[in-house]
Amino acid sequence: MAVLAFAESLTGSIKKAGLEAVAYGHRVAQALGTECIALTIGTPEGASTLGQYGANKVVNVDAAKDFDSQTYAAVLANAAKQLGCDVVVFSHSTSGKSLAGRVAVRLDAGLVSAAISAPSTDGGFQVKKSVFSGKGFATYNITTANKVLTVAGNTFRPEVVGSDVAVENITVEAPAGRVRVKETSTVSGTVPLPEAELVVSAGRGMKGPENWGIIEEMAGILGATTACSRPVADIHWRPHHEHVGQTGVAIRPTLYIAIGISGAIQHLAGVNQSKVIVVINKDPEAPFFKAADYGVVGDLFDVVPRLNEALKKFKASNN
Amino acid sequence: MKLLVCVSQTPDTTTKIKFANGDTEFDASGVQFIMNPYDEWYALVRALELKEQLKAGSVTLFHVGPKANEAMIRKGLAIGADNAVRVDAEANSSFFVAKQIAAYAKQEGMDAVFFGKETIDYNGSEVPAIVAELLDMPFISYATKMEVTGTVATLDRDIEGGKEVVEVDFPFVLSCAKGMAEQRIPNMRGIMMAKRKPIQVVPAVEAADAAVVVKYDYPAEKTGVKLIDPENMDELVNLLHNEAKVI
Ligand SMILES: Cc1cc2nc3c(=O)[nH]c(=O)nc-3n(C[C@H](O)[C@H](O)[C@H](O)COP(=O)(O)OP(=O)(O)OC[C@H]3O[C@@H](n4cnc5c(N)ncnc54)[C@H](O)[C@@H]3O)c2cc1C
Ligand SMILES: Nc1ncnc2c1ncn2[C@@H]1O[C@H](COP(=O)(O)O)[C@@H](O)[C@H]1O
Repeated sequence: MAVLAFAESLTGSIKKAGLEAVAYGHRVAQALGTECIALTIGTPEGASTLGQYGANKVVNVDAAKDFDSQTYAAVLANAAKQLGCDVVVFSHSTSGKSLAGRVAVRLDAGLVSAAISAPSTDGGFQVKKSVFSGKGFATYNITTANKVLTVAGNTFRPEVVGSDVAVENITVEAPAGRVRVKETSTVSGTVPLPEAELVVSAGRGMKGPENWGIIEEMAGILGATTACSRPVADIHWRPHHEHVGQTGVAIRPTLYIAIGISGAIQHLAGVNQSKVIVVINKDPEAPFFKAADYGVVGDLFDVVPRLNEALKKFKASNN
Repeated sequence: MKLLVCVSQTPDTTTKIKFANGDTEFDASGVQFIMNPYDEWYALVRALELKEQLKAGSVTLFHVGPKANEAMIRKGLAIGADNAVRVDAEANSSFFVAKQIAAYAKQEGMDAVFFGKETIDYNGSEVPAIVAELLDMPFISYATKMEVTGTVATLDRDIEGGKEVVEVDFPFVLSCAKGMAEQRIPNMRGIMMAKRKPIQVVPAVEAADAAVVVKYDYPAEKTGVKLIDPENMDELVNLLHNEAKVI
């Protein structure tokens, strides 16, 4: 039995979420001592490179380009049966999340979403995930023969472990979609927040939207994505898609720089899974410092320009 | 139109979390519970708005959980739902919950099943897709806007780094995210009326748990923040590069 990883390609090419599903599929296959087969839908660009990230085999299904969870789930479940796969892996992305449950029903499989570990097979089939806004972890045991997993973003980084493989086209049964996609728009240029490795975020301490130049400058130097606290989005200083936290986007970057943000629990809920947190705040009592790895107590209007200069110097000497 | 809104109960984000029984169980003692925010603010309110627009139909709340959770259900009735159904059982797994919802929605011939985008405790985002498959219905996840004309709904949904506009015919399943509606605070009249609204209690349909928690643990404590002199930002850059290795 093999592992099937869905390499999603919403915009015609395979992005990070798709690569991460394959990187995780590879790890799961290793843990189970089997192969990882990557599946693409609609002949995306770069399918053969999935071999580099751990796919032993890549198969493509030419189904409708428009995303429809009913069609896609049928493709995945039927392909899993056809290819003899008992574990199906998705990224914990919007499409992965809308498919995992459906595929689990079709395969009578137990489902665990947003996994942060490869399965451990002593004592069943156990995977771990973060729960209660990062205040705990839960280990699940899946008891069914088939399993479906989604992997949390920025957890299993795509690494080159092999080389390109030929893409094989296969045909599987699937019903026509009933959702009609009228329009798709993506913000181009910047890395979307859920995928970003480096995030520069600012809050009400900024005093007004006109002061965001120094934040954007820092993001530019680092190649980071910008984020903000909720009140800042609510009062329209920043666009809503930048809002992180319990009610906004939950992220897991390697570096989160929080500037002029107090660190309320609802904010932390969305960012406390970051690998390294830097906090810049003039109030030494700000709760964020308790969750931080590095802290600077000072006025952001002095500290941030100074940090930007230091970063520029560093980038110049490292290029 | 018959609209079903599925609501769950979750610990408030500010609550301290404890585990019991050798860290194999969640310890609910002393925990402050709330209605899952996405269910309350977005799914329920948008369903009510739709009923108001159509000037017909009904909004039924659906909850899988013990009797103690009825206070939460009453709040949903006070916000404006017409009636509620409670499956008298512990919600131990997404499959179990989804089977209950699907069985009821099918029996009652629901025109749309509304969900929050995820619960804030286990953040699974699992139940809505399972229900959609069990009902063999289209599923629009992470909807941020919905317009209904006749039997067609047009929705905006979040996708990675962007959005999609889709059209779908009723019946369908949707999960609701920020933007869908504005939170409604129950008023005195709503609270009084809620007392007389029925909560029907039904037994659970049989469903196996395919994935269950066997162990909890706590995250490692942060070892303490390293404070850097605000005058010396070269030092911070140095630490991020050489010690943390993140830039
Ligand atoms: C149900 C619920 C859900 C919520 N969800 C979210 C969510 O998803 N995300 C979220 O962010 N919030 C959320 N909140 C709000 C949250 O509780 C906080 O109110 C919010 O995060 C505070 O934003 P802030 O830190 O930007 O502003 P403030 O709390 O006003 O903090 C500003 C900080 O800037 C510092 N500062 C001011 N001037 C300077 C300066 N010149 N230099 C350096 N530092 C300075 C101050 O010391 C202070 O710490 C939610 C709240 C509730 C009740
Ligand atoms: N016990 C429950 N009773 C009713 N609906 C639920 C229950 N648990 C979850 N839901 C619904 O399913 C959605 C997604 O939950 P989850 O899959 O747990 O993230 C929630 O936002 C609710 O709308």
